[in-house]
Amino acid sequence: MNILLFLLLFPAAMSLVFAILPANTFRNALVRISCLLIAAGSVYAAFVFNGQGYQSFKVEFPHIDMIFFGGEMLLSLFLLYKCIGIKKHEWYIPALIIVQAGIMAYCEMSGAVPEVDNALYIDNLSIIMALIIGIIGSVICYYAISYMRDYHHHNPQMKDRQRSFFFILFFFLSAMFGVVFSNNLVWLYLFWEITTLSSFILIGYPKTEEATRNAYRALGLNLLGGLGFAGGILYLVKFCPEHTVDLARVIASGPGLMLIPVVLISFAGVAKSAQMPFSSWLLGAMVAPTPVSALLHSSTMVKAGIFIIIKFAPVLSGTWAGYFLALIGAVTFLMTSIIAVTQSNAKRVLAYSTIANLGLIVACAGIGTYETLWAAVLLTIFHAVSKGLLFLGVGSIEHKIGSRDIEDMDGLIVNRPGLAVVMLIGILGMFLAPFGMLISKWMCLEAFVSSSIFGLPTGVLIAMILAFGSAPTLFFWAKWMGKIVSVPAGLAKGEGRVPGDEWTALVVLAVATVATAALFPVISWVSVEPYIVSLYHQTVSLSQGNTIIMSILLALMILLPLSFLAYPKKTKLVPRYLGGANVGDKGEFLGAMGVVQQATMRNYYLAGFFSEKKLTIASVLVTICLIVTMFAVVKL
Amino acid sequence: MKTALCVVAWVVIAPFLGGLLAGVDRIITARMQSRVGPPLLQPFYDVLKLFGKQGVAVNVFQNYYMVCFLVFVIVTGALFFSGGDILLTIFALAVAGVFFALGAFSPNSPYSNIGAERELLQMMSYEPILIIAAIGMFMVTKSWHVHDIAGFQKPLFVFLPGVFLAFLFVLTIKLRKSPFDLSTSHHGHQELVKGATTEFAGPSLAVIEIAHWYENVLLMGFVYLFFAFNWVVAIPAVLVAYFIEIFIDNTYARLTWHFTLKSSWIVAGVCGVVNIFLIAFLVK
Repeated sequence: MNILLFLLLFPAAMSLVFAILPANTFRNALVRISCLLIAAGSVYAAFVFNGQGYQSFKVEFPHIDMIFFGGEMLLSLFLLYKCIGIKKHEWYIPALIIVQAGIMAYCEMSGAVPEVDNALYIDNLSIIMALIIGIIGSVICYYAISYMRDYHHHNPQMKDRQRSFFFILFFFLSAMFGVVFSNNLVWLYLFWEITTLSSFILIGYPKTEEATRNAYRALGLNLLGGLGFAGGILYLVKFCPEHTVDLARVIASGPGLMLIPVVLISFAGVAKSAQMPFSSWLLGAMVAPTPVSALLHSSTMVKAGIFIIIKFAPVLSGTWAGYFLALIGAVTFLMTSIIAVTQSNAKRVLAYSTIANLGLIVACAGIGTYETLWAAVLLTIFHAVSKGLLFLGVGSIEHKIGSRDIEDMDGLIVNRPGLAVVMLIGILGMFLAPFGMLISKWMCLEAFVSSSIFGLPTGVLIAMILAFGSAPTLFFWAKWMGKIVSVPAGLAKGEGRVPGDEWTALVVLAVATVATAALFPVISWVSVEPYIVSLYHQTVSLSQGNTIIMSILLALMILLPLSFLAYPKKTKLVPRYLGGANVGDKGEFLGAMGVVQQATMRNYYLAGFFSEKKLTIASVLVTICLIVTMFAVVKL
Repeated sequence: MKTALCVVAWVVIAPFLGGLLAGVDRIITARMQSRVGPPLLQPFYDVLKLFGKQGVAVNVFQNYYMVCFLVFVIVTGALFFSGGDILLTIFALAVAGVFFALGAFSPNSPYSNIGAERELLQMMSYEPILIIAAIGMFMVTKSWHVHDIAGFQKPLFVFLPGVFLAFLFVLTIKLRKSPFDLSTSHHGHQELVKGATTEFAGPSLAVIEIAHWYENVLLMGFVYLFFAFNWVVAIPAVLVAYFIEIFIDNTYARLTWHFTLKSSWIVAGVCGVVNIFLIAFLVK
């Protein structure tokens, strides 16, 4: 249990230190050491508890529940104070804060909140989440050291508030550990709200008008979700015959008793994991410095949303409410994959792809059979690693080439070979066989087709949606790779090196992307399957034959670049074909009226074919209907 | 042992079959255009000659992607003909396709760049139908393995007529036939020049050609699955399907990518999805 307390309290304690220390060498060293310790701590926890199944712990501390209640009230007060900056149309934000605080206060004051014997727990899912938070989260914090220095160097007009930045960053990690270790739903709720607060502050970091507005939008939408969470707790303490806020007992009680609170809390998960119709907050979050985006997208925040939905999957399994939840995820996957095709801003592409992949995970968890749950957990792992890598990669590229537009990444393979390779690994990890995302997608596609509710083949619809959603994914990733690998004529190697801390972070995540793909059967066998077995008493695993095929594919992916070394040198290099009107060898041609012009290429974005605005509106409407239906069928 | 034999047979025999198919294609096409056409073995002569030529390239990377393309097409076919998982086969084929597109992106030349973009658009167009076809085959045969699907005793196309139609539709795209020969063209005298393969010459062009032969044989394998209950029916069916494709190739002019994407998604959505839902509710 001590290691759990360490993970919960150490980042919070360090955050207080970073709130005081100015950005100097000593602070940087301390950040590095803290990152190492947090990562080591999560690995140690995994080492100690893996394979032990569900373990829960009693927290002996006087008035601990009152302290948490006080924390919730303080948090609400702080948020209300922050509402000073709102605009007229954002009136709903303080209203939501007051309603939520009112619900929690009502629950507490009426003395109806039952005690939870063991407030902390750890099981295999918590271990996996802790590793994601502990390792990827700290790699991102590590990266932030040099990134923030360069960030303020590039944006001199911006006030350097790195102290509050690192304070929130580490506090965020603590809250995330709280989310994955709390067995008491009231505690979980506080940690949940802290992640909302943290992302609100981090998104608003640049203090520009756009950043402030986006931060408020993130706050508002997540509070709307939080309302669902508070409603779930209210139901549990006031109306539910079981009368418990013990997470393990809620899950064990099954859909008969617990479906209503579970759907309410899953609604909070939908908002937090930025599913349609809430997706706009995550897109707006890009205004923040890149480490923030990386953190929100890969290891924290959105992962809290899907964590709670995955946690509740056994309750949702086989229910109509769960099915409609899955449809929300599936529609989100399809629509955001298509919208991502139209984007040329690298961070927006990544954001849409995050929302899409989370949609897939929500779909898996909503269906909630043992096969889909297995896929959901693996998707979470692989997505965290690859997406963390891609965001950090884009951050470094942006500082080096001065743009985050994919169109400007022409010739990265010549210009910045290191960054290009890192990006290619990340992109391959997101969509191609034999990397983890694709394996999981494959598994859940096969699982969906056989899933049913009351004998009706309901899963087929989701499989169909997936079939259409996968195709645009292929398109937008591959054309991005195309930009990176294309070699414009007369391009020189870029100047200036990527800072050491950034390189370390990028290399760690790139190695992790390849390693998780290579060790995929081991990960499944050691940590995912025991979790699935503990819930369903059966599990899936890749057959031996398919594992061998995957290994062969991965070996090819790694070995083929080596064949490059044996490249026949006798090939003659010639200028590219420009309709026979080439001028010189710099890619110029003789155009009309005898003018020498540069040949430039741009990617297809199909913006006239798919309209981001129209598709967004359509999918928001559809998903709102689905949410309403989800609540309507909860009694079925 | 049997699996190993299948793989070896695929690797060795498929390019010959593919080359012959290309030869037959050229003769039939010529006859449709009232020409005599080349000898049957002309595609082999062409490729041998290409290998004898000097390698010419725009940059040192581009040929590498095409080698990857060939390797992954061969791996995909090996998966398919050894009876592996059909969805995995489709995903592996996508890997091959992405390498082909990357090879076309690499030279950064206007013509090959357009070819690459269109190649990816084509992939986006046909991918849903391939996946839906695999799902349909699973729902009927209760197996994802090509081995079991091929061994299914009833005629699969009777259960999956809509899916088969949709599949034939995208087969035109996949075989790079008109009206969907958007990314490359047979003849270099057009606005596309040679599209994706514009910047490839000599041995690397030969590699691409061989990869296409492999790919075509693999696609015919897919068609075969729909009729696999009886090879006496299946082999003529495959040949008829290929003849239809040649016929369409010679009777249509190239269409736009808008039409390609829209029509193939609509066909997938109407024929494919409706067929799947009928199967879902009728076949228990």
